[in-house]
Amino acid sequence: MSIIKLLDEFSSEKLTARHSSRREMFNTLGSFGKKAAAAAIPFGLATSGKARAATAAFFQENSAVSALQLALTLEYLEAEFYIKALDSGVIPGGSRAEKVYMQISKHETAHVDFLKAGLEGAGATPVESPTFDFTAGGAFDPFNENNTGQETAYAQLLALAQAFEDTGVRAYKGQAANLMGTAFLEPALQIHSVEARHASEIRRIRGLEGWITLDNRGEGMPEATQAVYDGEANVTQGGVDLTTLSYADPIIGDLTEAVTQAFDEPITAETATAIAGLFIVDEG
Amino acid sequence: MKKPKVKVDVIEASSKKSKNNSRRKFIKLGGLGIAGSSFLLYGCNEDDLFDPGGERERPQPQPEPDPDPEVFDLGSGDVGILNYAYALEQLEAAFYTQVRAGGYYAGAPQEEKDLFDDLYNHEVIHRDFFKVAITAAAGEENTLPDLEFDVSSIDFDSRDSVLATAMALEDTGVGAYNGAGDRIADATYLTLAGKIVSVEARHASAIRSLINPDSADFAGDDIIDENGLDLAYDPSEVFEIAGGFISTDFTADNLPEPMTGA
Repeated sequence: MSIIKLLDEFSSEKLTARHSSRREMFNTLGSFGKKAAAAAIPFGLATSGKARAATAAFFQENSAVSALQLALTLEYLEAEFYIKALDSGVIPGGSRAEKVYMQISKHETAHVDFLKAGLEGAGATPVESPTFDFTAGGAFDPFNENNTGQETAYAQLLALAQAFEDTGVRAYKGQAANLMGTAFLEPALQIHSVEARHASEIRRIRGLEGWITLDNRGEGMPEATQAVYDGEANVTQGGVDLTTLSYADPIIGDLTEAVTQAFDEPITAETATAIAGLFIVDEG
Repeated sequence: MKKPKVKVDVIEASSKKSKNNSRRKFIKLGGLGIAGSSFLLYGCNEDDLFDPGGERERPQPQPEPDPDPEVFDLGSGDVGILNYAYALEQLEAAFYTQVRAGGYYAGAPQEEKDLFDDLYNHEVIHRDFFKVAITAAAGEENTLPDLEFDVSSIDFDSRDSVLATAMALEDTGVGAYNGAGDRIADATYLTLAGKIVSVEARHASAIRSLINPDSADFAGDDIIDENGLDLAYDPSEVFEIAGGFISTDFTADNLPEPMTGA
C-alpha cells in the first residue's frame, strides 16, 4: 500500500465509496472477518474480546489499521534515519549524542517490528517501507554525503532528529482516537510517550528545552521544519482559554508561553504524511 | 506483557494502621482489576471512632449506606479517570512548589532553576485545568477536593533527593496516563490526556538526562521494554508508588476497567 493510498483511507468519502472498487472492497470487507477476529489479539495480548456492533467495528478497525499504517511509515522513516546517522561517521564517537542515537535507533527499529507484527496479527498487510531521501531533494546533508562538511551535517542531523521526534509525538497523538476500543491503543500510547522522551533529549542536546514553546521550532531549526510546529501555540484546552484562568499558585514568567509548553498538540494524518513526504522519494 | 492485576494489599495494611492514626495516608482501592466489580469493601469504619470533628453524621440518601460519606471517591467513567489524573497533577504541582522553596533550588545553577520553574508551571497549569474541566463536566461535588500531601520523606535541600523524586513522579505520571488511555470513553478526553502525557514524558526524559547526562537514561532500558514501549500502569500500581505522599483519604472504588482488557 502506498502512502498516498494510506492517506486516502482517511477520507470519509473513501469509506462510503468503497463498494465502487472491487479491489478496495477486497481489501476492507474481504479481510474484515479476519481482521475483526485477529484484532482481538493484535499485539499478542489476550483481550476480553468484547462484542462490538459489526458496523461500528468495521469503521473502527478500518481507521485503526490506517492509523497503524501511518505510524509504521513514520517509524520506517525514523528507524532508517537513525541507522544511517550512526553509520555516517558524522556523530562524534563516544559522544552523548552517539549514545542517545544508539538508544533511539534501538527503539525505532523495535517500533517497526512491533507495528508490523501487530498489523499482521490483525490480518492487515503492513505497508512497505518507502524509499527515503534524507536530504529532502538536496536541502539537507545530514550524513555528509555531499561533503557539506562535518559541522553542518551534524547540525542538520540533530535538527532532523528533533523534527522527526516532535512529528512522531504529534502524529501518534492525532491517531489515538482512531485506536479507541482496540487493543492497539495502549501500545500506541506507550510508543507515543517514548517518542516524547526522545524529542526532549534531542532538543536538550541541541541546547533547547525539552518542551515546545508557542509554535517555535527553536533556534537553528531550518524553516522547512516549521510545519512540525504549526498549531502548537494553541492555548485553549477543553474549551477553556488557559491564559485567562486564575491559577491557585503564581505562574513564573510568561503565562502564554507556559500554557503552550504544558500541552502538546496533535496533527492530522494528512499533516504527518505531508511532513514525512518531504523525505520520501518512492512510496514503497 | 502486562503485569497481572492484583488487589493491593497496601489497602488492608493501611486500614489497620489507620486505627492508630486516623490521619495517616491511605488510598483505598477497590474494583480494580477484578472482573469489573467493586470487590473491596471500604474497611475503615473504625476510623469514625477517631474522628475528632464528629462531622460524620451527614445523612446519606442512598439506599445502601455509603461506608464512609466523608471520604471522596474518584468516581466512575471518564470523570473518575479525570479525577485520578487530577490527583496526580495535584501531587506533582505540590512537589514542584516545595522544590522551589527548598535549599537545592536556592543554590541550583540557573539552567536547573529554569527547568524546575517550567516543570512547576506546567504542573500547576495541568492541575488547575483539571479542576476547571472536571467541575464544568461533573459539578463541584464530583470534583476531587484539594488534597494534602506529606512530602517529609523528601530532602528538598538535596539535589539527589529532589531529582530522584521528580524522576519517580514523572515516570509514574507517564505510566499512569498510558495505562488510563484505554479506560477513557470520550475521544476528546483521550486526546487531552495525550496532550498532557507527552509533556510528562518530556519532563521525565529531561530529569533523567539531568541525573545522568551522558547516557541513554532519558529513555532507559529500566523503563522502555524490548518492543520500545514505555510504562503503562494500572491505577493500583500508581497509588502504590504515589500513595505514600498523599495524606488526604480518598477511594478509587469505581474507576472504569480497560475497554479492551489489554
